[in-house]
Amino acid sequence: MIEGWAPPRLLDAGDGGLVVEFGDDVDEGVNMRVVALGSAIEALGLAGLKEVVPTYRSLLLVYDPLTLAPDRLRAEVGALQARASQREDNCAALGSSAVPERTDESRAIWRVPVLYGGEHGVDLDHVAALHDLSSDEAIALHSSAIYRVHMIGFAPGFAYLGGLPEALHTSRRADPRPRTPPRSVSIGGRQAAVSPPLEVPSGWRLLGQTPVRSYDPTRNGRPFLFEAGDRIRFEPISAREYERLCRAAEAGEIVAEREAAL
Amino acid sequence: MSADLVIARPGLSSTLQDFGRFGYQRFGISGSGAMDVVAMRIANRLVGNAPGAAAIEMTMTGFSATVAGGDCLLAVAGAEMPVAINGRRAEGWRSFLLHDGDRIEIGAAAAGVYAYVAAAGGFAVAPTLGSQSTHSRSGIGGFEGRALRTGDRLPVVGASAGDECSLPADRRPRYDGPIRVVRGPQDDKFTPAGIATFLNSGYSITNRTDRMGAQLEGPAIEHADGFNIVSDGIVNGSIQVPGNGRPLVLLADRQTTGGYPKIATIIGADLPKIAQRRPGEAVRFVAVNVAEAVEAARERERALEAALDSIRRVAFAASDLSAERLLSVNLIAGVCSALD
Repeated sequence: MIEGWAPPRLLDAGDGGLVVEFGDDVDEGVNMRVVALGSAIEALGLAGLKEVVPTYRSLLLVYDPLTLAPDRLRAEVGALQARASQREDNCAALGSSAVPERTDESRAIWRVPVLYGGEHGVDLDHVAALHDLSSDEAIALHSSAIYRVHMIGFAPGFAYLGGLPEALHTSRRADPRPRTPPRSVSIGGRQAAVSPPLEVPSGWRLLGQTPVRSYDPTRNGRPFLFEAGDRIRFEPISAREYERLCRAAEAGEIVAEREAAL
Repeated sequence: MSADLVIARPGLSSTLQDFGRFGYQRFGISGSGAMDVVAMRIANRLVGNAPGAAAIEMTMTGFSATVAGGDCLLAVAGAEMPVAINGRRAEGWRSFLLHDGDRIEIGAAAAGVYAYVAAAGGFAVAPTLGSQSTHSRSGIGGFEGRALRTGDRLPVVGASAGDECSLPADRRPRYDGPIRVVRGPQDDKFTPAGIATFLNSGYSITNRTDRMGAQLEGPAIEHADGFNIVSDGIVNGSIQVPGNGRPLVLLADRQTTGGYPKIATIIGADLPKIAQRRPGEAVRFVAVNVAEAVEAARERERALEAALDSIRRVAFAASDLSAERLLSVNLIAGVCSALD
């Protein structure tokens, strides 16, 4: 018998916010449920629902209580959850380990080019040394994994990624930097991240820089590239290629390639 | 004919704000929007705009500007900032018909923090991600993604300027009294004593307060089990308590996610109240449930609609209040026109 999942907790964030909490830790299965519920609630097209915000382990729904009554929203969430857990039970009964999220397998894998080390990733050598690796080995490890976007938050387009190989888990800096280079590719604890083209404060370890702009409000039809549930693979590139792609990105090109889904 | 507002003195921080930018919090974009939507809606009604037209939000001190190129109907509402039209003192909570070359000067607030200037027809700036609201930290929206500066020419949409109107003094919104909160979403991360401290103590607004949030000073709130949680989404009015135990109220320009437990959330109806409270002023919190919070939202909407319905044309244009004009016009006709 496969153990079922505890139903999520519904927590009020005032009279205009509902938090659907699936767990209190960083966990891929939990995050999949968050993203799946977010997609499902969005598909209902409820009038008065203003924001659907998936994060690591909970879904925040922002609503106008004078248009969408809190009880109605709770009931809709409850009904969707009942259906989702029914589906999971069915999968379990069939002995399937299939991911519970319908949409997950169709999601993109983004190939994100990275110029590692040097001034573009000032912490690379230090991180490699901490783990008794050469810098090239650290790059190979970091670019071998497939990461999952757990959430976008903190700053526009800032992507928090799960899936960092354990051999690279590295504590954050004791003294966060007040500014870090735009488009930094970094790691912190068990997480990895891609910065937007903004100089955000960060205590994470900087491994490299990508020409990809995860956020560009002027880019036609595509101000944001990544969203929770997407997957990312990093690809080491040369300084020359980096310069070329930076120019293309400035001209509005996306420069991250989408691989066919697995 | 459309006009420009030419900024002579920008004030402490004057930004364009509308109801906010919604649907993008999942991408890390703050909602932004007016800190006091009630005052903004009144300013818009005073010039005949739709309720959510972008207005200039001023912080602690207002701006000075000259009208260039045409007529322009402007309204001032919100924090008590002194207004002068062409050097002559005027009342707030009303609109003024300005002509080419006229000057409006708005001074330091005697009470409150945020006041709004709306222009009939609205301001002609392109929306970013569906909103004209400025988010200065990420440099988007409003006028070039930033607060106004001296020399900026802010274009007003060419609309037929209407009549000058005012809000009766007894209909002005009140900002005093306790701030109502709904407990949670992470009140279980605090001890019962910590929650009692939060609800029974007086706090005050510190000067580390802006559109992102209000840092409060007062008795430290006790956490139950550490003060780090896995980051989750933050709403306008979330009250975070970091390791130092002092509550931090997160407001319109907040970051979208955060990793400190949130003891309570300010109800929607009371967001303008906390926004208008100045550094040094007192804050007390009182807990209500969600049903009571929704009823408060409904009540605020009723009061605001009644206030908007009480707005009337004023008898004399501010720019016409010279002695010669007063002597030359028929005062009785003026009073009648104010009642129709």
